[in-house]
Amino acid sequence: MRIYILPIEFTDKNLLSSLLAALRDAFGLPVMILNRSFSLEGGRDPIRNQYNSTWILSRILEIAPDEDCKILGVAAVDLYVPVLTYVFGEAQLTGKAAVVSTYRLRDELYGLPKNPEKLKERLEKEAIHELGHTFGIIHCREPECIMYSTTYAEEIDFKSKNFCRVCSALLEENKKKS
Amino acid sequence: MNPKKDSRQVSILVVDDELSVRDSMTKWFVEDGYQADSAADATEALKKLKPGLWDIIFLDIKLPGMDGMELQQRIKAIDPNATIIMITAYASVDTAVKSLKEGAYDYVTKPVDPDYLSHMVANVVKQKRLLSENIQLREQIQELYEIDQIVGKNPAMLKVFDLIETVAPTDTTVMIKGESGTGKELIARAIHSKSSRRFFPIITVNCGGLTEGLTESEFFGHEKGAFTGALYRRKGKFEMADGGTIFLDEVGNIGAKAQTDLLRVIETKQFTRVGGDEFIKVDFRLICATNRDLELAVKEGTFREDLYYRLNVFSISIPPLRERRSDIPLLCNYFLKKLADSINKSITGFSSEAMEKLEAYHWPGNVRELRNAVERAIVVAKESCIGVSDLPIPPCPEGIPDDQSLEAMEKVHIKSILEQMGWNITRTAEVLGIDRATLYKKIEKYGLRK
Ligand SMILES: [Zn+2]
Ligand SMILES: [Zn+2]
Repeated sequence: MRIYILPIEFTDKNLLSSLLAALRDAFGLPVMILNRSFSLEGGRDPIRNQYNSTWILSRILEIAPDEDCKILGVAAVDLYVPVLTYVFGEAQLTGKAAVVSTYRLRDELYGLPKNPEKLKERLEKEAIHELGHTFGIIHCREPECIMYSTTYAEEIDFKSKNFCRVCSALLEENKKKS
Repeated sequence: MNPKKDSRQVSILVVDDELSVRDSMTKWFVEDGYQADSAADATEALKKLKPGLWDIIFLDIKLPGMDGMELQQRIKAIDPNATIIMITAYASVDTAVKSLKEGAYDYVTKPVDPDYLSHMVANVVKQKRLLSENIQLREQIQELYEIDQIVGKNPAMLKVFDLIETVAPTDTTVMIKGESGTGKELIARAIHSKSSRRFFPIITVNCGGLTEGLTESEFFGHEKGAFTGALYRRKGKFEMADGGTIFLDEVGNIGAKAQTDLLRVIETKQFTRVGGDEFIKVDFRLICATNRDLELAVKEGTFREDLYYRLNVFSISIPPLRERRSDIPLLCNYFLKKLADSINKSITGFSSEAMEKLEAYHWPGNVRELRNAVERAIVVAKESCIGVSDLPIPPCPEGIPDDQSLEAMEKVHIKSILEQMGWNITRTAEVLGIDRATLYKKIEKYGLRK
């Protein structure tokens, strides 16, 4: 079992390499960058000017290497699912594919000064969270647990990068199964 | 696999003809730990319906065959306890408003803000829990009366219970005066539960925790876009109390503008939401409580005299515990009997030194503090008789840290406002009169956590 990071029209190399290290720590699995060309054009809703994250998940599955792995798409565009105004990311619950975007994690979107350190932290947390879903873990009521559901960016800062005791037990159990 | 973490899982049914809406909503709810399923039309929905099976039903207003409004009626007939939330497009908000009149809880417009959706569902769940807690409340009120029977000799308390009986069946505005911990909210609830409004809600507003700016939207709600941060339409407490009782705790703390607003709504029984122009009529009974001397506030000019007379139609004063010390032994023995049973410890009584100490203490937190003290003593007691060493050393007044530096006070204050606001950063910052960035810095500095 390994984890692939798939950059989707994403160019910030520094963010990718710190993310790689964070995921390796969080899951205890080998993590690699997967270089495939991936155009977002087919997932764009021209009226909303946002990108359908469910569509991205299905595209990720099409190009997934045929092996036991999880793939995390990393993008910088505004993501949505049809019934919601936006999402930070999406994942298949107990599946192979997940996607996150830095778009709504940036302080400057909320009229605050740029904060690259905070952006890095938030991206790492959201990536671990979405990958957590691919391991079958649902939202957790423990506010410091990485699987705590967050719907606005500052809330992400309150939770830690770690799985709580229950969630990490679930993670280990599900890592064994796959 | 779908691991369950909450034994009392809430169930949600999504009825919408659009596959993408059904899929994304059920997925969102499943990830949030709810049990969720969907139906594409009325026929499928009715097949999946059974009394008590669904806690919350999301219902598209426009459905093929039978429309959402008609289906709403059918659902109500099958399961009157299910909370119905309409799903609508911007174009059909009028119909959605109509559905609210037919008993829908609320509506969401597609696409819905995820933060809004999760808070709305959390609120419904909280209300449902409250409903079952009503049974618990009945027991608490029962306890209040039991205490009365035991401590019946005390004329001041006897009078309080008499007054409750007298005023409850009327629609008169009631003012409850008493220190913190004397059970003001319990008395408000007792009045409500003995009135003809008991089948409607009693809504509590703690005015002590509200700033001037926040009070208006807390009382009357606001329209989307009414001010920065008003991302959605929100119902105010007066609207929620329609048909029932509104309980304004610490009413003496509201500012001048709120006093004027309050006077107007008492006189006209109608108001407009902040940022709106539609007049909303409400039918409510008002109960207030205060631990401030409002007559003095009127003399000092900080509280409107006309409002004071409107609120002080019928007043009930609860004496502080230190003014009825003779009740303390009876209360102690009452709590001992009640609590020792539930903790399953056989403790027979108090040593005479312990009782002396209990009687001598000034109990700033009143009956609530006494109850907590007895409970703690039962837990720590090693003998069958509670001794002086089992009693909690008289603690410093609630919430005030030993460290009286400005920083320590700031930390306590910020934490308490955060908790009152449910850790909503925007509202907390508003209450504290600082911007969100500053609030974040302070939260980090003091290491505050949910
Ligand atoms: Zn999640
Ligand atoms: Zn957890």
